[in-house]
Amino acid sequence: MARLMNLVLNVWRQKNAKDPGGFVRYEAKAINDHMSFLEMLDVVNEELAHKGEEPIAFDHDCREGICGACGMVINGVPHGPAKSTTACQLHMRLFKDGDEITIEPWRAAAFPVVRDLMVDRSALDRVIQAGGYVSVRAGSAVEANALPVSKPDSDQAFDAATCIGCGACVAACPNASAALFTAAKVSHLALLPQGAPERADRVRKMVAQMDAEGFGHCSSHKECEAVCPKDISISFIAKMNRELLVAMTSAPNEVKTRTK
Amino acid sequence: MATQKALTLLDTTVGKKAALAVSGVVLFGFVIGHMLGNLQVLLGPEVYNAYGAGIKDKPVLLWGVRAVLLISVLVHTTIVLELYGKSVAARPVGYKVKRNIATSYAAMMMKYTGPALLVYIIFHLAHFTFPGVSLGDYDHVPGDVYANFLNAFRIPWVVAVYVIANVCLGFHLYHGAFSMLQSVGLNHPRYNKGLRNLMRGLVFLVTAGNVFLPLTVLLGLVK
Amino acid sequence: MQLDSRAPTGPIEQRWNDARFQAKLVNPANRRKYKVIVVGSGLAGGAAAATLGELGYNVSCFCYQDSPRRAHSIAAQGGINAAKNYQNDGDSVYRLFYDTVKGGDFRARESNVYRLAELSVNIIDQCVAQGVPFAREYSGLLGNRSFGGAQVARTFYARGQTGQQLLLGAYQSLSKQIEARTVKMYPRTEMLDLIVIDGVARGIVTRNLVTGKVEAHTADVVVLCSGGYGNVFYLSTNAKGCNTTATWRSHRRGAYFANPCFTQIHPTCIPQSGDYQSKLTLMSESLRNDGRVWVPKNVADLQKDPKSIPEADRDYYLERLYPSFGNLVPRDIASRRAKDMCDEGRGVGPEVAGVRRGVYLDFSDAVKRLGRDAVAERYDNLFQMYERITGENPYEVPMRMYPAIHYTMGGLWVDYNLMSTVTGLFVGGEANFSDHGANRLGASALMQGLADGYFVLPVTVANYLASVKPGGVDESHPDVKRTVSEVEGRIKQLLSIGGKRTPESFHRELGTLMWDYCGMARTAAGLKSALGKIPELREQFYTDLSIVGSGEELNTMLEKAGRTADFFELAELTCRDALEREESAGGHFREEHQTEDGEAKRNDEQFSYVAAWEFTGDTSAPKLNKEPLNFEYVHPSQRSYK
Ligand SMILES: Cc1cc2nc3c(=O)[nH]c(=O)nc-3n(C[C@H](O)[C@H](O)[C@H](O)COP(=O)(O)OP(=O)(O)OC[C@H]3O[C@@H](n4cnc5c(N)ncnc54)[C@H](O)[C@@H]3O)c2cc1C
Ligand code: HEM
Ligand code: HEM
Ligand code: SF4
Ligand code: F3S
Ligand code: FES
Repeated sequence: MARLMNLVLNVWRQKNAKDPGGFVRYEAKAINDHMSFLEMLDVVNEELAHKGEEPIAFDHDCREGICGACGMVINGVPHGPAKSTTACQLHMRLFKDGDEITIEPWRAAAFPVVRDLMVDRSALDRVIQAGGYVSVRAGSAVEANALPVSKPDSDQAFDAATCIGCGACVAACPNASAALFTAAKVSHLALLPQGAPERADRVRKMVAQMDAEGFGHCSSHKECEAVCPKDISISFIAKMNRELLVAMTSAPNEVKTRTK
Repeated sequence: MATQKALTLLDTTVGKKAALAVSGVVLFGFVIGHMLGNLQVLLGPEVYNAYGAGIKDKPVLLWGVRAVLLISVLVHTTIVLELYGKSVAARPVGYKVKRNIATSYAAMMMKYTGPALLVYIIFHLAHFTFPGVSLGDYDHVPGDVYANFLNAFRIPWVVAVYVIANVCLGFHLYHGAFSMLQSVGLNHPRYNKGLRNLMRGLVFLVTAGNVFLPLTVLLGLVK
Repeated sequence: MQLDSRAPTGPIEQRWNDARFQAKLVNPANRRKYKVIVVGSGLAGGAAAATLGELGYNVSCFCYQDSPRRAHSIAAQGGINAAKNYQNDGDSVYRLFYDTVKGGDFRARESNVYRLAELSVNIIDQCVAQGVPFAREYSGLLGNRSFGGAQVARTFYARGQTGQQLLLGAYQSLSKQIEARTVKMYPRTEMLDLIVIDGVARGIVTRNLVTGKVEAHTADVVVLCSGGYGNVFYLSTNAKGCNTTATWRSHRRGAYFANPCFTQIHPTCIPQSGDYQSKLTLMSESLRNDGRVWVPKNVADLQKDPKSIPEADRDYYLERLYPSFGNLVPRDIASRRAKDMCDEGRGVGPEVAGVRRGVYLDFSDAVKRLGRDAVAERYDNLFQMYERITGENPYEVPMRMYPAIHYTMGGLWVDYNLMSTVTGLFVGGEANFSDHGANRLGASALMQGLADGYFVLPVTVANYLASVKPGGVDESHPDVKRTVSEVEGRIKQLLSIGGKRTPESFHRELGTLMWDYCGMARTAAGLKSALGKIPELREQFYTDLSIVGSGEELNTMLEKAGRTADFFELAELTCRDALEREESAGGHFREEHQTEDGEAKRNDEQFSYVAAWEFTGDTSAPKLNKEPLNFEYVHPSQRSYK
């Protein structure tokens, strides 16, 4: 049977990147515990719209925990209190009547606020653009089974590849570091033979871009791993570090410094 | 677009962290050795003074080690300043509510225990070595390390300073020893656990030893 | 207008080869001069933009999300088909072709389908080379599974995240081209109109979703890969932002819309839990391999704890009706029977709008038979996902399932070259109507999107470009300006209505109408009544809509209103098409046309054609054009699952 609850929300409202923004208090009435967190916000938004107030803007698309669009800090934890769960997959049964919920956008210099809870995560795209790919022209690929990949390597590569690019790792990290995100892609491709030819260039360019975007460094706080909806392990950060050290000391060529 | 120069290791946060880790390891290694050396105080004045003299007898080694330590502290400190400058800038607007769920107290305190150690090292050097001062009603005798030790740690506040400082060291290394493995990329699913336990064990021993040493006098073990 | 499919003739195995040879080429030195617009960054758009950029064209790529990596393709779970025959179980290009034509209930063009089957093998090579971590066996070689009732194991998969991994492969290739400056990416940018000058597509009009700026982008060719229109039903498994605006606006500019009534329903989705529901979540079809579907025999048992209902009082209706296929009957049959049960009043779960819509999918027998560990190994991640959403543990309580709209076979009509009826407008992926006929087989949409993007469009778009002079129009052309001002006018109109209802509430109401009258089972009477109600609701939309905020800022209500406005028009066309098609085929089930056993009854004599609708104006009825379908290789037969 559905349980209904009344909640108090403290939501960060900010009209655009230039607006200083601030918290606004809302009451969310008769929230059904089967709703997802975003459906709860939908209900609040419909009510705001009826009152002629602008709805709270937040990114979302798949609402299945896979596209990585959604993301907000809920009571101090990116994506909220449920482990391995994106905000869109968080359900209200984890809350109780009378709860007060503070909702804030990801906070990082590299993620400027676009509006309310929406931020600009294009910095993560640029980290991938710097080298997070295998250069293979359509049509030039070899027969798929020509390069066997051991199952453990392939499984580990998969673990890294499941990153959805949500940015929660950055939001959670006390240093606003994008180490986990970057490491996930570096490791995914470094673990596969297909990624080998560009391995040394890739890690150097991606790390250089990560730094240029203004993310902080990694102090091994493990907050990123704890909030990551895909449970990406910080052992991939160690792997990225090793990749970079090896590449920097042994690659025969040079790569250039990068800018934003 | 501005002309871009070649990327060097120390241009990157990852490279910087590796250097931080290496300097940290050097200091870690030193404090292990230093603790083992200082524990000889329990064996009486002859042994301990001979140990002190033994070191001073080999000036090349002595100054070599001093140089390495000095460089390590400088590197360690410079990099910390650089990295923290960047990471403070990386989050100009903080959270109203932020709940950390995985990190440790030791990790969150790194930025305080580190500088505390720097202050401590300066204090400690001034106290015992350069120039070497008496912190109470006794004479500091260069060369008589045992007497200096005994006299200094008779004074409760001095003991307190050393104990607190070495507890800080313990916290610093508790996180540092794990983080350092990450920084240099020592990571392997099969060996992670063993390696981390080994590091933690060492950290525990160093901390216990260093906290124990200043207490030896008050405990009546060094007379 | 005569619809020319430009499908090549000759032996089917040779057609694509011939077409490629006959295609005109663009000199590499000249490619940079050609401006190509790609709308969409999903499998089709992402792959097309990356590949065209790689070939040296000057590409602009658009998506409404904040990053191209989030396109809806990311959500595909099950897998992608390819005729690799790695399992040595008798698969071949021809068999995949055959299965696809048959699976599509003989409403697809043979030439296209054959090409798709042929290219499927190249797709796997390409994706593996990109680093897509497909499942592997201990040998280190690629693994396969059989999917959606196929007799051969030809599906490649990456855990339950195949779409994600394939899309990230395409996204990475796209990223490389962005870095190389051959592709310029426009995220958070929505296409709101197509610029057509003298019958030729010359660009698009977009709105920057952050600043609200409406702008024209001109080009030498426009490629639409904007996905499907399943959200016309409001509740679907599609991402919230999926829309028909790009395709519908192009339709209004002259592109024919083909077979809009061919929509696919997925039988195993988590049922709606309340009227606040914003979308439905698909649960992999593989669950039906071990789960048993049932509803209580007695209405009195509906609210009881399912575990307390004795075996004798349970109706395992699929096993009862289809003894040989049982719980594994095809998607559409499983879906309709579930609907029947709920319509009869034997559905389970919460009552939404007066009806319980759900049937049990029970694993207790599987747990007994295989043990909990074996069940966990197969389904644990799905069970966890189910529990996260419903709060119920499938090991303890039977899952509840209900069908939901999942995919749209219909879309803009295209010829063999994937060009629409507007010269210079190409359409790929789910946005076009091509390869799936009346019903798409599982794991074939990913294949089609990538075939279009990596291999077909690069050839056919080049062929087109070779015949045009680059840089024909610029932003100052009067027709460009006129299109921009029309878009601005529409936005102003929406903002100025000043009524009381939100776009969301209209969309929801439209969706319910569509689901009720044009959903799983359709009747002439129902469709006619929908054709009366939709315009009424639309009328209300234009008089009672309320949007807070302005057009010069990020305004989610405005975005929603624009998309809903287009859904209204598409909804009407869909019902019209469904009414016109007096037969049941694939995903289109007309209750009047069924066999005695309640199975779909095709009418090949009269309806073996593609219905390509032509827009004739806001006040006049759309015109139906027919592209007859000929089957030279796979001869129409009736399917049977009894
Ligand atoms: C839950 C689910 C599971 C599925 N599982 C499978 C499966 O296992 N196997 C399989 O083969 N298929 C599966 N499918 C179907 C398949 O995922 C889709 O058909 C396919 O991914 C569509 O790809 P696309 O490139 O055509 O479009 P999409 O991936 O939908 O991309 C559309 C793009 O167009 C952009 N766009 C849309 N409108 C506009 C506009 N107006 N302006 C600017 N940009 C716009 C979007 O931003 C996006 O980038 C599944 C579908 C769903 C819903
Ligand atoms: C005996 C002296 C010291 C030892 C043994 C030591 C050891 C270490 C080690 C092993 C690390 C981990 C490095 C890594 O994460 O890779 C570390 C980190 C750190 N050290 Fe020290 N250190 C010492 C002195 C100092 C001093 C003097 C400072 C202050 C300036 C300092 C500040 C820090 C900080 C802030 C970090 C964390 C860096 C980060 O954010 O990751 N340390 N130290
Ligand atoms: C409580 C524990 C400690 C005790 C009892 C202790 C004691 C001493 C003594 C007696 C000396 C002087 C040796 C001499 O004059 O010959 C000395 C030197 C020194 N100590 Fe310590 N120490 C302790 C901890 C530390 C720590 C934690 C550090 C580092 C962070 C440190 C760094 C040094 C250094 C650098 C010197 C100078 C060595 C030299 O002569 O070059 N000590 N220590
Ligand atoms: S690593 Fe995890 S938290 Fe970070 S972007 Fe990827 S999925 Fe999100
Ligand atoms: S939380 Fe931050 S410090 Fe490193 S381990 Fe994760 S990036
Ligand atoms: S909306 Fe896609 S992950 Fe949450």
